[in-house]
Amino acid sequence: MTRKQKRLAVIGAIGLVLFAATGLILFALSGQIAFFRSPSDVVAGKAKTGEFFRLGGLVQPGSITREEGQVVHFAVTDGAQVVKVVYRGLLPDLFREGQGVVTEGRLDAGGLFSATNVLAKHDENYMPREVSDALKQQGHWRDEKGSKP
Amino acid sequence: MIVEAGHFALVLAFAVSLFQASVPLWGALRGDAVLARLASRAAIAQFLLVALAFAALTYAYLGSDFSVANVFQNSHSLKPLLYKWSGVWGNHEGSMLLWVLILALFGAAVAVFSRNLAEDVLGATLAVQAMIAAAFIAFLIFTSNPFVRMSEPPFEGRDLNPVLQDPGLAIHPPLLYLGYVGFSIVFSFAIAGLLLGRVDAAFARMVRPWTLVAWIALTLGIAMGSYWAYYELGWGGFWFWDPVENASLMPWLTGTALLHSAIVMEKRAALKTWTILLAILTFSLSLLGTFLVRSGVLTSVHAFAVDPERGLFILMILIVFIGGSFALFAARAGAMESGALFAPISREGALVFNNLFLSVATLAVLTGTLYPLLLEALTGAKISVGAPFFNLTVVPLMVPLFLAIPIGQKLAWKRGDLAGALSRLWVSAIAGLMGAALLVYSLRGGPVVALLGIALGLYLVLGALDDLLDRALRGGNAQILNRLFGIPRSLVAMTLAHAGVGLMVIGIAATAFETEKIISMKPGETTSLGAYSLTLEAIGPESGPNYHSIVARFSLRDGAGPIAELKPSKRVYTGRQMPTSEVARHRYGLSEIYLAIGETSEGGRADLRAYDKPFVLLIWLGPLLMSLAGLLSLSDRRIRVGAPHRRIRASTPQPAE
Repeated sequence: MTRKQKRLAVIGAIGLVLFAATGLILFALSGQIAFFRSPSDVVAGKAKTGEFFRLGGLVQPGSITREEGQVVHFAVTDGAQVVKVVYRGLLPDLFREGQGVVTEGRLDAGGLFSATNVLAKHDENYMPREVSDALKQQGHWRDEKGSKP
Repeated sequence: MIVEAGHFALVLAFAVSLFQASVPLWGALRGDAVLARLASRAAIAQFLLVALAFAALTYAYLGSDFSVANVFQNSHSLKPLLYKWSGVWGNHEGSMLLWVLILALFGAAVAVFSRNLAEDVLGATLAVQAMIAAAFIAFLIFTSNPFVRMSEPPFEGRDLNPVLQDPGLAIHPPLLYLGYVGFSIVFSFAIAGLLLGRVDAAFARMVRPWTLVAWIALTLGIAMGSYWAYYELGWGGFWFWDPVENASLMPWLTGTALLHSAIVMEKRAALKTWTILLAILTFSLSLLGTFLVRSGVLTSVHAFAVDPERGLFILMILIVFIGGSFALFAARAGAMESGALFAPISREGALVFNNLFLSVATLAVLTGTLYPLLLEALTGAKISVGAPFFNLTVVPLMVPLFLAIPIGQKLAWKRGDLAGALSRLWVSAIAGLMGAALLVYSLRGGPVVALLGIALGLYLVLGALDDLLDRALRGGNAQILNRLFGIPRSLVAMTLAHAGVGLMVIGIAATAFETEKIISMKPGETTSLGAYSLTLEAIGPESGPNYHSIVARFSLRDGAGPIAELKPSKRVYTGRQMPTSEVARHRYGLSEIYLAIGETSEGGRADLRAYDKPFVLLIWLGPLLMSLAGLLSLSDRRIRVGAPHRRIRASTPQPAE
């Protein structure tokens, strides 16, 4: 191979890999991401049935009930609206009534959110940013709750 | 008093770093060796001052001096000594001080170990290092001062976040910082090289050991963090594609690429521009990571309570350093001579292949990490990019790279023989597949992808070791041992590091064969778990120094009888009234039984999450082997820091400094 051919072969191969990777990234971005929605968004019909998304807000006080087989029912609220959630499994340590929570899962036809994952945070003073934003939108945000310890 | 001295030392360190950033640089650029030489002493002085500040903060923590706001917020007088000590960096201010300490440490280390460098290179490098230090010390002093006193000192502290009260935290952040702050010195070398217009094979020679040191620490730090998350968070997972994990993975990927491209630059004087670019990119990604973690712009399990002012400050540092270095690169890169030619199929070609895939994988991780920020800024929509995205993009990029590793190892420089390399590898490939099939058969079923993953891992291990055996056996059976020990250490290191990748791949693929059980149990009940049976014996309260806990006592039996007692628990720390789970594990071979309990309700039931995880330890043993291999390579005489002049220097007495 001449110098030029060698260079072309290398550049061509690099171009091909970059092209394939970009395609892969775009494909993954179109299908593998989860939107964050507040209970108000869900009640307003922004989430389609069966769509995988994140639901966040506060755990409504008095809404936690447990069933056999580690099934937990609770409700997530942003002050304006409430969405009922069902989850099977161990809840994170910081899961409490009135605490901020982020859950991942799908909405069924009856409007029940079936969570596959309930996320916990390291710090009890830390409020997921999405949750605090959603609460602010509903005017239920008390600033001292999210400020530093 | 000591706390104020620490504060004062930090301010002094800032002044020293300003001096170090300007005067020696001027000397280096004007060819004034006397001025350039001042950099070494300044770097050592700067390090001593920062170390003094760090020692002062540690003193305040060890003595539980709650008049210092930082200590009050993150410590407790009843906390065990180890956690009082590790609590120094278990918070924003302290961890930034550690960041600066390590930055100064690398500057001082270069000043001490690289005395044989040309004065202008050393001067300019340390000056660039001091610019970074000045920026971050200013950040500490103006936005995150750890030495602030409280007007009315309280009697008791608020305790360290319980999740962070673990021996893992004593080691994980320092290692991680040693890694990604360590790349700062490589960045400084690159900028100095560009400024002075001297980027050659000698440059690669002096940069490689430092790259290696940072890479070893980063590898260990990431593996340690992953292991810690595995046993502390109680989910049994080892990698969550959390933005903060990604922030440490990105410099690791480009750092690994840099490690490989520096070899080409050193041996063949090729890929100069690219190597410099990688050096700049790696540290830029470290800075980006610091920004992402410290500013709180991303939702992450690692987020401390955040302050927008700090985020803005780091963003400014980020823009100045990344922007400045890329501008300099753009202006100077064209002037570098292009290096020696090589055929696409050659050792150089293989290393370019490695660099290409590692860089593209970095691009994928970067996209996934920053896309939510971008989308929210543009449209206001909030999204999360999680494991599915990264698995779909990074895994397909890693597979061809891993397949190519043993091939690349066998190609010659300049012009390689692909057919020859492949013919030597088919044995490894077939052995790998057969081993995987056998393993999966013994573990009863499992997805095909996992089988291929295990085969890939075995192929990597065998393909790497094959190289060593081949060298030892070449030319008859006599003196095999002699030949084996005659193999250069850096070559053995390469082989071991690649085998480490293989072990990790096996460990990750084997997670497909784990058994998970989520059940609720009463004392006296028994459940099966893999080949074992698990009985809940009792549930009861216990107390620790600064917490109360509810402990569930399980006994684990196999066919023959009881083999272990496991006590997972739920703790509530009195300082913050915050609950945490403590998991219990039983190791057998490279596998583990893993138990975590959830709610314990009235009637004495405990919610249990139990796993049987085959070969799970390989996930961390692989990276451990990779870093040990790095250490071995570092000990190779040929690339040791400052090797050529060391012996002569050591024999002449040095004046006290």
